[in-house]
Amino acid sequence: MPELTDTSLQILPDERGHFGPYGGRFVAETLMGPLAELEAAYRKVLADPAFMAELEHDLHDYVGRPSPLYFAERWSNTLGGARIFLKREDLNHTGAHKINNTVGQALLARRMGKRRVIAETGAGQHGVATATVAARFGMTCRVYMGANDIQRQSLNVFRMKLLGAEVVPVTSGSKTLKDALNEAMRDWVSNVDDTFYIIGTVAGPHPYPAMVRDFQAIIGREARHQCLNQTGRLPDAVVACVGGGSNAMGIFHAFLADQQVELIGVEAGGDGLHTGRHSAPLSGGKPGILHGNRTYLMQDAHGQILETHSVSAGLDYPGVGPEHAWLKDNGRARYVAVTDQEALAAFRTLTQLEGIIPALESSHALAYAAKLARQMTREQTLVINLSGRGDKDIPTVAAIDGITL
Amino acid sequence: MSSDRIQQRFAALAKARRAGLVTFITAGDPSAETGLACMQALVRGGADLIELGVPFSDPMADGPTIQRASERALAAGMTLTGVLDLVAAFRQQDDTTPVILMGYLNPIENMGYGVFAERAAAAGVDGVLTVDLPPEESGECRAEFERYGLRLIYLLAPTSSPARVKAICAQASGFVYYVSVKGVTGGKSFDTEEVRQRIAEVKAQTRLPVGVGFGVRTPEHAAALAEISDAVIVGSVLIELVEQHAAAPEAMVRALETFVVGLRTAMDARRAA
Repeated sequence: MPELTDTSLQILPDERGHFGPYGGRFVAETLMGPLAELEAAYRKVLADPAFMAELEHDLHDYVGRPSPLYFAERWSNTLGGARIFLKREDLNHTGAHKINNTVGQALLARRMGKRRVIAETGAGQHGVATATVAARFGMTCRVYMGANDIQRQSLNVFRMKLLGAEVVPVTSGSKTLKDALNEAMRDWVSNVDDTFYIIGTVAGPHPYPAMVRDFQAIIGREARHQCLNQTGRLPDAVVACVGGGSNAMGIFHAFLADQQVELIGVEAGGDGLHTGRHSAPLSGGKPGILHGNRTYLMQDAHGQILETHSVSAGLDYPGVGPEHAWLKDNGRARYVAVTDQEALAAFRTLTQLEGIIPALESSHALAYAAKLARQMTREQTLVINLSGRGDKDIPTVAAIDGITL
Repeated sequence: MSSDRIQQRFAALAKARRAGLVTFITAGDPSAETGLACMQALVRGGADLIELGVPFSDPMADGPTIQRASERALAAGMTLTGVLDLVAAFRQQDDTTPVILMGYLNPIENMGYGVFAERAAAAGVDGVLTVDLPPEESGECRAEFERYGLRLIYLLAPTSSPARVKAICAQASGFVYYVSVKGVTGGKSFDTEEVRQRIAEVKAQTRLPVGVGFGVRTPEHAAALAEISDAVIVGSVLIELVEQHAAAPEAMVRALETFVVGLRTAMDARRAA
């Protein structure tokens, strides 16, 4: 049975959803009631063995958990430093970690009697994972996606449509993930009686950051256990990419109490932090309020949210989950950024040396881990969350290479 | 004193047995220059309070009309400082019409609650409504606002439980803004009977005036709400007029004034009947 209780709301956030000064519930009054209702329903299922058994069953038989912890021996030897292990979330059903959360939230939606689910998506992975569970449960599904992202992730758009979801292009603002989230919130406030909003990352108003973390925390619990089994000890460092931050929170959480394990989140540096054209609020932003929570944001001198830039649609977001903001400030985790170019190089390296095509999002974690591994010894181990597979990114990479598919 | 304008205006309205008309436009839409003339036109047409939208890049609670107004205003360079300058300019001519800023928390948090409150009060702002700041999160903000006599206006919604209605009314100041529908601004229209019942519930908890907004598009809508509330709040339909006449500021000002006269006339006729 998944041990959700050890990572649950009782520890952090506090009862109003705060992680230190971050998090909270900054939404219009119309959503305050529905969020309280969601929180109550969520607390109830946390303590319900039947729900947990159902979740465990779905994660095992439908998602395909546990995902392997794979020793990337050839890549490790090439780098000549730490032994690198990959947590293979790319092998999950639908190709990324996103399904861990959508399975959990869809089960909760069903418990709450909601027949319609909505979601926002950037790269399309969360949209696909939501459309997938909606198809399985016979729920109506609508996915909001920035018009720019629809263009660069056409494969996932078609997957969602095949699964029976309606994909709504969002043409406001920067036409990317943040605008899709705005539009999904507007839908929710307008259809709140019958609709469950499945947020895909550890952001948004309380209880979403805690709930999504709890559903993703299985990644870290498995990885910790597998690492102990396979190497006889805990890893020296755990590295994950951070957009909204759900895969990173998922793998970090089980290690939070293991102070000797360094936790590193890798943001999308785009063209480089110095250019301002990036998606790295923890590295280059400052705290503010967006999408229902207080967290680090990319914003201008007047408090307007900035457009972000990343080769990876899934990291192209100006905010970040509030628990990451808290972990940054208290120093338990550190956050760095790598550029588009570095991520693309890591994408090619892993593909060529290990026969694993990683998602461009995950490639950011790979790129930083490669730098770090070189500075470590062969006796040390490093775990990377390989959060998704790169099939969806083939057209993007081909276009960068000047190839028309 | 800034803090008295809202109270005085509602006291005068109550004495005259009229419902108040609150009109919303976004500051800086379509440009910084048009704002003052538009505010003055609203007052000439019969607006009792002005709600001035502070443009934000991510207006999560607004429908397409106000989203576009925000985008136009930001593209024209409007900032929170610019909004305060506009209010200060308005105050040079009009020291009695209350001005409420309406927007989202981040630009205010970015400026700093204390700095903002001091500058807003100095500019002649009377109240502030931040859509994404529920009472639970507003302690620090409210303390700063109170220091400078700014009213923090709270929303109530169809989804607010009786316990929340009571708790929010206990903290409310200025007036209470009842959101007539589950939705965004400029969207679906309200059910008058349902709103009537909800306002009675709110009225049982507060002596403050209760205004109703969202989905008020026509003189008939305004008249229906004038019968059952202390104030009617109209926004998106005015923004549409701004949008239609964006290239012709003089026509825009005339259209706003004419439309507000129509709202005012319908509201007063219904109350008098």
